[in-house]
Amino acid sequence: MADLATPATAAAPDTAVDPANWTCPAPLRDQPVVVMGHGGGGALSAELIEQVFAPAYGNPVLAALTDSAVFDLGGARLAFSTDSYVVRPLFFPGGSLGDLAVNGTVNDLAMSGARPAFLSTAFVLEEGVELAVVGRIARAIGAAARAADVTVATGDTKVVESGHGDGVYVTTAGVGLVPDGVDIRPQRARPGDAVIVSGPIGQHGVAVMSVREGLEFGVRTVSDTAPLAGLVAAMLEVTKDLHVLRDPTRGGLGASLNEIARASGTGVHLRERAIPVPEEVANACGFLGLDPLYVANEGRLVAFVPPGHAEAVLAAMHAHPQGAGAALIGECVADHPGMVVVATGLGGTRVVDLPLGEQLPRIC
Amino acid sequence: MKYIEEFNDPARAHRLLDEIRATVTRPWALMEVCGGQTHSIIRHGIDQLLPEEVELIHGPGCPVCVTPLDVIDKALDIAARPEVIFCSFGDMLRVPGTDRDLFRVKGEGGDVRVVYSPLDALEIARGNPDRQVVFFAIGFETTAPANAMAVHQARRLGLRNFSLLVSHVRVPPAIEAIMTAPSCRVQGFLAAGHVCSVMGTAEYPDLAEKHRVPLVVTGFEPLDILEGIRRAVHQLERGEHRVENAYPRAVREQGNPAALRMLEEVFEVVDRNWRGIGRIPASGWRLTDAFRDHDAEHRFDVSGIRTEEPAVCRAGEVLQGLIKPTECEAFGTACTPRTPLGATMVSSEGACAAYYLYRRMNTPAPQGSRIPREEMNPVG
Repeated sequence: MADLATPATAAAPDTAVDPANWTCPAPLRDQPVVVMGHGGGGALSAELIEQVFAPAYGNPVLAALTDSAVFDLGGARLAFSTDSYVVRPLFFPGGSLGDLAVNGTVNDLAMSGARPAFLSTAFVLEEGVELAVVGRIARAIGAAARAADVTVATGDTKVVESGHGDGVYVTTAGVGLVPDGVDIRPQRARPGDAVIVSGPIGQHGVAVMSVREGLEFGVRTVSDTAPLAGLVAAMLEVTKDLHVLRDPTRGGLGASLNEIARASGTGVHLRERAIPVPEEVANACGFLGLDPLYVANEGRLVAFVPPGHAEAVLAAMHAHPQGAGAALIGECVADHPGMVVVATGLGGTRVVDLPLGEQLPRIC
Repeated sequence: MKYIEEFNDPARAHRLLDEIRATVTRPWALMEVCGGQTHSIIRHGIDQLLPEEVELIHGPGCPVCVTPLDVIDKALDIAARPEVIFCSFGDMLRVPGTDRDLFRVKGEGGDVRVVYSPLDALEIARGNPDRQVVFFAIGFETTAPANAMAVHQARRLGLRNFSLLVSHVRVPPAIEAIMTAPSCRVQGFLAAGHVCSVMGTAEYPDLAEKHRVPLVVTGFEPLDILEGIRRAVHQLERGEHRVENAYPRAVREQGNPAALRMLEEVFEVVDRNWRGIGRIPASGWRLTDAFRDHDAEHRFDVSGIRTEEPAVCRAGEVLQGLIKPTECEAFGTACTPRTPLGATMVSSEGACAAYYLYRRMNTPAPQGSRIPREEMNPVG
């Protein structure tokens, strides 16, 4: 084969593209090592769980593959969840690792309809991190726990050598009580359900990206991190028959809706113009070639509500501070089971697929 | 920044669509050259809204898709070296080389970093004087000036630890190659607005005249694209073949003189291979001899890497607009973004990926192609 680049020939091509020269690469086989996409909340994450973890310690409770497990213990119906937080930077507009560590687990519990009660926090600290930083995160955890009305009841601390961590990692676990008559899980989505999002999407992802990458988008975007148990309680006061709740964190609204569609064997139909995307999120995503539907949120939920209750649930959400920006964005349908389809603003349609790993900024 | 909203206005879009419908009297095949336009067309469902007489053919304008396998393998070789910090635009990380991608190199301990600009890579070089910093300089005329500027700055600052792995490509020779292909069906072009914002439009009148095709410089928002289509159809219906600028808010006839001077100083035009297409004369750039010490291919002595590409997919035909992604037998089955057979499925701007992400619902059973599929051989 000739050199990749050779001095230019003066002539225009006299023979154009020769079909005999069309080429293409062989497919990539599955990765034998962990890549960043395995933590992106998309298809790679799902495969890791299905192929590695579920076979190793599978059981009926785990098999539901929901953000929190729900089971009976000693006469009580409990929700139990755990999550690790490895965000960089540790502090970002609108919050910190500490806020995420509390709100993330509180919200995972709330998405099963539970009232969160107790949390644990486990710190992995890197040698050399300033104690003042650890103190700031601890105070943020305390404040977020008080705001979410949960008790941090136990914890643990480990230190790893310098260079073997990323400053501070926190893992929280939590338990909560599920009220009688509440059965909220992705499998319960039904055609006809209204699909409601609790507020503007994409703010957390854009806020963290703007700090992490040193990108300024004109308007300062603030993370939406917030506890959602109170909002869920207000929704349950309207009806206990909420079908599905999810907090669309990694992978964004697109990943959550795909998971629900696949778990329930239904389709999801969205109206693009009804989805609340703040202007600064739209601009940042336009600049980077990202889709707001896949950008992370930390204080939003998406709900599948039986059609008869949709209006009343939406009104109750609007009356709650965490649901002031709630919007009806589409419906659950019997068509295209397992797929999420968006009606575009111009009148066409497109499929919103489960993202593979993490979204990558486009070159142009 | 209200323009995004304004250039999405459904009422205006439907007025443009009505005008296109009123103008068109027979079938026309237009090619949008740029992958960013392909993405916008599919994302907004524009092709579904056009009258059936207007067919959009997706061109080879995705710089990720057309980067040759050789170059990817060279990138992987360099990025795996312990002394190297390898910087790249994000969407190159998932493009498969012969047996792995940059994500895999990163997972195995290589220092691979996503940057948003070559000047970010330059900063990394300043901050890490004991490491070799390499930036993966891919893209069309749009990205080349900033990459030229980075090398220029490295020279000015005396940063001997900064180099580029260059795989730049140029649009006009690709249009020439497409138009001279015997199987070409393209009757008009939407020229890539961002490329023209740098290069201007001087290279296009000769192409329009020689091949008797309208070339309409077009932007990327839905209304931009519809306006480009409207003007191209209008010309075709009247038997005209002119260069028109439908993107005047970004493109001037003379382009960006400062960027052009920078390109002239740092790069020289060369023949290049395009993945999936083959060799196109004068279709690329490389660093001039004066900047050769910043050329990563020389610095890391990887010019000996030769890769034979097994011919297993039809990305070449897709890139030339000969078939739609859904007409490939592997589309959506053997070939998905998870297991890409070709670069057009890897890149978020690739036509196959755009079809897969947004259109799987309507995927028809694969039809026979319009041209017989021949036994393919590796380039070279």
